[in-house]
Amino acid sequence: MGKRTVVPFGPQHPVLPEPIHLDLVLEDEKVIEAIPQIGYVHRGLEKLVDKKDFKQFTYVSERICGICSFMHGAGYCMSVESIMGIEVPERAVFLRTIWAELSRIHSHLLWLGLTADAFGFESLFMHTWRLREQVLDLFEQTTGGRLIFSVCDIGGVRKDITPEMLDKIVSVVTNMDKELRDVTSVFLNDSTVKHRTVGIGLLSKEKALELGAVGPMAKASGIRRDMRTQGYCAYKYLEFEPITAEEGDSYARMQVRIGEIFQAIDLIKQCIEKLPEGDIITKIKGNPKGEHFTRVEQPRGEALYYVKANGTKFLDRFRVRTPTFANVPALLEILKDCDLADVPILILTIDPCISCTER
Amino acid sequence: MDEQKIKEISPDEILIETVDLHSAGYRLVAISCTGKDGVELSYSFDKDYDFIHLRVNMDYDTEIESITPIYGYAFLYENEIKELFGVKIKNIIADFHDKLYRISEEAPFKEKEEE
Repeated sequence: MGKRTVVPFGPQHPVLPEPIHLDLVLEDEKVIEAIPQIGYVHRGLEKLVDKKDFKQFTYVSERICGICSFMHGAGYCMSVESIMGIEVPERAVFLRTIWAELSRIHSHLLWLGLTADAFGFESLFMHTWRLREQVLDLFEQTTGGRLIFSVCDIGGVRKDITPEMLDKIVSVVTNMDKELRDVTSVFLNDSTVKHRTVGIGLLSKEKALELGAVGPMAKASGIRRDMRTQGYCAYKYLEFEPITAEEGDSYARMQVRIGEIFQAIDLIKQCIEKLPEGDIITKIKGNPKGEHFTRVEQPRGEALYYVKANGTKFLDRFRVRTPTFANVPALLEILKDCDLADVPILILTIDPCISCTER
Repeated sequence: MDEQKIKEISPDEILIETVDLHSAGYRLVAISCTGKDGVELSYSFDKDYDFIHLRVNMDYDTEIESITPIYGYAFLYENEIKELFGVKIKNIIADFHDKLYRISEEAPFKEKEEE
């Protein structure tokens, strides 16, 4: 047995856009154990239900995170709508799905860029984020905002998308599809990328199940679980299958995310093709009373939203369990027996969102 | 949309109910806490999209067993609830002793008594 050393990792590190700390227990260059420390940016947003009424809280829920902003807002609205028995207009349901899938593309491209940056592959990082900018431009042109665009509301959505803009979305994502094939082929075929990802950070299907992994982390280990298949929003009208891989390593997780980008492009096109005419919002009356658990598939995986309402305009409780929170135990597992040099890539491989985790 | 299946149990039954669900192949999705009029804990489980919840209602003075011996990864949920709500949870396998989030205020989500 080699000498044991504890190396602190984070909260500030070049690969970490947000702060998380790990105490890495090493034996020579191998990690034996990783002990997490979070809490550097905990904001207590859930507690704001005491001060913001349930309508204002839509804006708070969107601010849990800048990357998953739209889906946080949608998850919260869907919970309140279920409690109040509100029927959301079909057009709004499809529009929500379009923005949700655009969010998935932008989130996965952000992750791919950060991963390329972590490898030191700067040009690949820039190409990936150049493509991501096109999605942010679409957000801006359809909603006025680029990251937190406050378009989701209880009962539907606040803005419609014009037929001209829908054509433009199809044109942009079609062109992006072609460019993405070139960029993602580098991620999937380049020997330096494969050297850092193939066989690294193995998570078996059994371990992924045992540790409650979600999203691409679980799908890359062969778990075919995707909340969209339950048919919330417009997914019940769309044809798709969850993207999975079997190997359970960092490369497989990258494969799944890349597959989900192309799938999202297809889903957006299906939505636009099937988009019905009609209203975009149902007017709500009264205050919610009751409780509801809602699950949605965010880019990082299954997210849970719980709302408990007492019939006044202030909720008793809003709670969100984000995918990163669920994936921390799986991260600790894949760090065991890895080389110290692989730790940054392995942390990135779960696509951590600390803002979500410390909402 | 998920069907809402909530089973109310007493604090003493949490381990036996959790063992049953674990044996049946259910995954722990989350543990949630509401701190109004006492403590309300919701343990959410899923198996092949069958989504069910165990509901425990108790007061702040009651101590409840940790489920980490059954679902090891519950340590994050339980530490969070312990720190934010001041709920008494015993035998957590990885107990952060209220230092998960490093919040200066004690149990900030616990309902404060009117002065």
